Amino acid sequence: MSSQDTPEENLPAEPPHGTDAEIAPSDALVPDPGLPPHLPRRQDIDERAAKRSERAVAGLFTLSMLATIGFIAGFVAIDVDKIIYVWPIGHISALNFTLGCTLGIALFAIGAGAVHWARTLMSDEEVVDERHPIEAPPEVRQRVIQDFRKGAGESQFGRRKLIRNTMFGALALVPLSGVVLLRDLGPLPGDKLRHTLWAKGKLLINQNTNEPMKPSDITVGSLTFAKPDGLEETAEDFQEQIAKAALMIVRLEPEDIKDKRELEWGHEGIVAFSKICTHVGCPISLYEQQTHHVLCPCHQSTFDLADGARVIFGPAGHALPQLRISVNSDGYLEALGDFTEPVGPSFWERG
Amino acid sequence: MKKLSVRRRHPLAALVVLLFALAATGGLYAAFAPAKTAQADSSSQSIAIEEGKKLYATGCSSCHGPGGQGSTDGPSLVGVGAAAVDFQVGTGRMPAQQPGAQVPKKQPIYTQAQIDQLAAYIASLGPGPGIPSKKQYDPKGGDIAAGGELFRTNCAQCHNFAGEGGALTDGKYAPSLRGVDPKHIYEAMLTGPQQMPTFPDTTMPEKAKRDIIAYVNDTTRADNPNPGGFSLGRLGPVTEGLFGWIFGLGALIATAVWVAARTAKARKS
Repeated sequence: MSSQDTPEENLPAEPPHGTDAEIAPSDALVPDPGLPPHLPRRQDIDERAAKRSERAVAGLFTLSMLATIGFIAGFVAIDVDKIIYVWPIGHISALNFTLGCTLGIALFAIGAGAVHWARTLMSDEEVVDERHPIEAPPEVRQRVIQDFRKGAGESQFGRRKLIRNTMFGALALVPLSGVVLLRDLGPLPGDKLRHTLWAKGKLLINQNTNEPMKPSDITVGSLTFAKPDGLEETAEDFQEQIAKAALMIVRLEPEDIKDKRELEWGHEGIVAFSKICTHVGCPISLYEQQTHHVLCPCHQSTFDLADGARVIFGPAGHALPQLRISVNSDGYLEALGDFTEPVGPSFWERG
Repeated sequence: MKKLSVRRRHPLAALVVLLFALAATGGLYAAFAPAKTAQADSSSQSIAIEEGKKLYATGCSSCHGPGGQGSTDGPSLVGVGAAAVDFQVGTGRMPAQQPGAQVPKKQPIYTQAQIDQLAAYIASLGPGPGIPSKKQYDPKGGDIAAGGELFRTNCAQCHNFAGEGGALTDGKYAPSLRGVDPKHIYEAMLTGPQQMPTFPDTTMPEKAKRDIIAYVNDTTRADNPNPGGFSLGRLGPVTEGLFGWIFGLGALIATAVWVAARTAKARKS
């Protein structure tokens, strides 16, 4: 076993010698002006002024203590519903106002006291502490390199390549167990993103009245929000389901509808579109009844409900999905199936 | 009679006839003009329609057409109903000052009596929603909590959750609901002015409208408490963040500069 077996790249690089001399100050072009002469503060000369400063600092710290006591007292004593009028803020919660003011004073007084203390009483004489080189002296470096070479040689790391390679393999594989554990962060989404509660024969329920709707209820220019029949607001998964199934219903004059499929999938100009923006899934229902445009408040994507909810502005990638609707034998609006494409934003496997 | 017929070719005959005609018109006008005050106490519908028609001809017909049928400058008013007139003219939006993305609210230029006459005339053109009664829109009768739910479902997307209004496309906007007459809120829901969709009684019953008005009335009243302090327009985290960064951080920087700029030395240099 000799040190020649150790690959050179495992050793720390040999630093170039003789740098110390270059770092040392040479004849500088600009002479070091040194520190300005120290000027005393009033507190350094006048003991009465120093006493005043001491009292001011102590006063600030005392004020902080009092404010903290006030904070606790206010928290205990003030009713959470109490509203007071404070000029110029207006009608605000007495508790919030008290807690904010007292905590603000408590923190500010500590800071102000510390600054005043440091500026008036602590020593303000400037001192110079020369910086020493970060590099170790050459003999220490030499010894470390020698020790490293010796250790590498004694471990036979360079000579027994089988050990070296299997060790690298073992170290490389161990983190994989951690990667695999990430799988347990939650259940896979499955095909949940592709399906909503809408299905053939589901009645459209008006969210205002909780009643099914007849075509005559919906006038041209109106805007109505609907949920699938059977989904109650008290249901445990209501939010999860309405997040996908939310529907906006508008009625246009049939001759205003430019898209043939949109007209076919509606009922006498009543059309139902997903309320979920196809960009990042904001609820979108800023409907302009004269232009038939729907604007998303998050990123200004604009959809034309007269033309198959085509994107006419903004970052959304595709049109709002339309729900095929018709009228059942009792005269109520019903769905003719689920949305034919996933609602909401695009995802990797959407296709 | 003979004398008259003899002098009919007199050079001044035409003038005399003209004077007679003017006197007759003036006399007739004098006889019928006080009808204006008489109309106020006579609640006859047809007189209101007649008066409304006159007001319409002067103030509205240049854009909406002489018979309310609409033109390139203004939509048809047939079937919009009295509620639409009461809203548009009562909030000063109509008559519009100039074309643009949206007609803004301004000081109304007609009195309520004139607005009622205009509304009566427009209502006579075709059936449409009528002016609601006080009972329908009185916020006192509404359920504020239920109205809040309904407001967030139907209105908040454009008018902001606190009724502060917001932007739409191409310079259009949903106006703030602060200080709007409950009657006008009711009429706006019923008739859908400008870009606003309509919320007819069939999909949003009268009670739901009253609940919404109660919520808006409660939320936008001047003494409605803001438990957190400054409302900053109630626009949410954007204004709050901006305020924090500009004024909060600005105050800290200013304090730091002030502390560092003052020397503690006894002799100022």
